[in-house]
Amino acid sequence: MSSVAVQLNDIAKSFGPVKALAGLTLEIKEGELVALLGPSGCGKTTALRALAGLQDLDRGQILVGGKDITFQAANHRGMGMVFQAYSLFPHMSAQENVEYGLKLKAHKVSAEDRRKKSSELLELVGLSTHAGHYPHQMSGGQQQRVALARALAIEPKVLLLDEPLSALDAKVRIQLRDEIRRIQLEVGTTTLFVTHDQEEALGIADRVGVMRDGVLQQIAVPQELYDRPTSAFVAEFVGLTNPIRGTVSGSTVSILGSQIATLPGSVTSGEGTALVRPESIRVEADPSGSAKVVTSSFLGSVCRSIVDLADGTRITAQSASSQASVLRAGTSVRVTLDTPAVFVKSL
Amino acid sequence: MSQLTQEAITGSAARGSGYRAWRRVTPYFGVLPFLTLATLFLLWPTISVMTGAFQDSKGHFTFTSVHDVWTSSTHLAIFKNTLLLSGETALIGAILGALLSYAVATGKPDGILRRIWVSATGVLAQFGGVMLAFGFVATFGFNGFITTFVKSFAPHSFFANPSWLYGITGLAFVYCFFQIPLMFIVFLPAIDNLRPNWREASDSLGGSTWEYWRRVGIPVLTPSFLGSSLLLFANAFSAYATAASLISQGSIITPLEISGSLSSETGLANAATAKALSFGMVAVVVVVMALYTLLRRKVSKWEKS
Ligand SMILES: Nc1ncnc2c1ncn2[C@@H]1O[C@H](COP(=O)(O)OP(=O)(O)OP(=O)(O)O)[C@@H](O)[C@H]1O
Ligand SMILES: [Mg+2]
Repeated sequence: MSSVAVQLNDIAKSFGPVKALAGLTLEIKEGELVALLGPSGCGKTTALRALAGLQDLDRGQILVGGKDITFQAANHRGMGMVFQAYSLFPHMSAQENVEYGLKLKAHKVSAEDRRKKSSELLELVGLSTHAGHYPHQMSGGQQQRVALARALAIEPKVLLLDEPLSALDAKVRIQLRDEIRRIQLEVGTTTLFVTHDQEEALGIADRVGVMRDGVLQQIAVPQELYDRPTSAFVAEFVGLTNPIRGTVSGSTVSILGSQIATLPGSVTSGEGTALVRPESIRVEADPSGSAKVVTSSFLGSVCRSIVDLADGTRITAQSASSQASVLRAGTSVRVTLDTPAVFVKSL
Repeated sequence: MSQLTQEAITGSAARGSGYRAWRRVTPYFGVLPFLTLATLFLLWPTISVMTGAFQDSKGHFTFTSVHDVWTSSTHLAIFKNTLLLSGETALIGAILGALLSYAVATGKPDGILRRIWVSATGVLAQFGGVMLAFGFVATFGFNGFITTFVKSFAPHSFFANPSWLYGITGLAFVYCFFQIPLMFIVFLPAIDNLRPNWREASDSLGGSTWEYWRRVGIPVLTPSFLGSSLLLFANAFSAYATAASLISQGSIITPLEISGSLSSETGLANAATAKALSFGMVAVVVVVMALYTLLRRKVSKWEKS
């Protein structure tokens, strides 16, 4: 987890007028799992394909293990790739799919070693019993497991996953996400995981990079990205936020009667909009409170309330689920903030 | 939709089992015209040919006509000609048609060229028969414009003496003009179904272009290719109009022979011979179609995944 395995230096690519990548710089450390997160069309896939050698670049440099591979052909890069869906060879069984790379000249091994390796990998992804099944006989989740095993078979320098879970239904998605992480930690392969699902990115990655319009906005460990966004875009894209007006002076903002520290990158004076997480808002029933509960919903582990502030601002707050019975619609409440710091953007 | 079905079920239960049975068959009423048509013009003639081949003039069961026809060296030679002609034109058509569809498939998916080409082949594939034959006669025939043109400066060259056009070679040549477009049409979807992901997966796993084609591209396309070739074979095998309009004398392929024995100019029409010959053709087509169905089934499984 120390030396740099992958380096993307200021890479750019345009498709006609569309700038898919506009100078992306990113480093991935050895054995690390980095997730690239961003809205649709921000260039995540293009970045991943450029690293795989499936997409040429207009400018920039790609280094893997210190070696410049910018102009190396895809089939010499030794990268394992898992696509969104339907990438298994349909005429081969699960086992044959996994063995594919090991039959090629680039990674050729003896038939015996091939068998052994593919069996190990199918075991690793939990599909030993499906070795003889063909893709059309497997579920989407199983197919993606095989695709993962196939990519790992060549012991890739970097594992590349492009929204591998997006075609699966919610339950399988979470299960397989955790499993991908377990496997990645077990084999220790440096991994780039592309997704537009923030929960997925935060849940799986060592570090999450948020992209927008072809550049990286911020890259940090999940907790930091969530708690200390450096831009309004990241604050709003990752997790939920409530825009609440406040007055900034220096590095503090005054909102809802509290003085809260502002995060670096916030506006430094005058009026601004603080972006406050629902769980940073504390709502207490208080007959003299100036805010009113609009609705409250019990969500199992938490209670989510929609509250109208005195000035008419509508906010969403999250509290312990035990509060659900107290915070009924129409209840007068007092709203305070409970957070060390917030991001404040200009109005 | 589900609500409607629900209503239909409860309704029918209330109205008793007769109604339920009625409801069960009504959806099939829609295909009734098709079934009638198929029975009238396909099933019935086929059955009458199959049974007729084993009947004598009085309607008694006999092997005589089938035996006579299928031991006659003339009939067999012509039948072999027909098989060869169909096989050759299917092979040539399949290879050239497949290459064409590959070329078109790798182009822009909705480019103007592709659209024009797809509609043009749609017409060409159906272009067999009198028109096609006439086109060739007018071009390469004894008074065709190429022939006339070539004669004037190379009187001994191949195209100056067009008797080849009226034999099996000419027929093969002419057949290719609907075989190639037909192959193009039926094979293009198969090529379109090759997913770019497969190529990219192969590349990233270290595969060369050749390795991709050898291990993925060709194996995946093979069943479709064979299936399409069989279709082409059946198409040529049962073609009649083109040959009939091109060749006025002599029966060089079985369909011509069949028509010849049905309407002989010498007045010796022989329905029994015609039926015995047809029986042989039906048998071949049945085998070909059975193989075709098997191959289709394999491909459609892949398409599901
Ligand atoms: N081959 C291409 N030709 C033309 N435009 C392209 C091509 N590939 C990508 N683009 C454009 O480049 C931009 C970035 O595309 P990219 O696929 O990298 O986005 P993404 O972040 O992966 O989005 P998504 O979440 O929808 O997959 C998009 O506007 C896309 O339309
Ligand atoms: Mg994408």
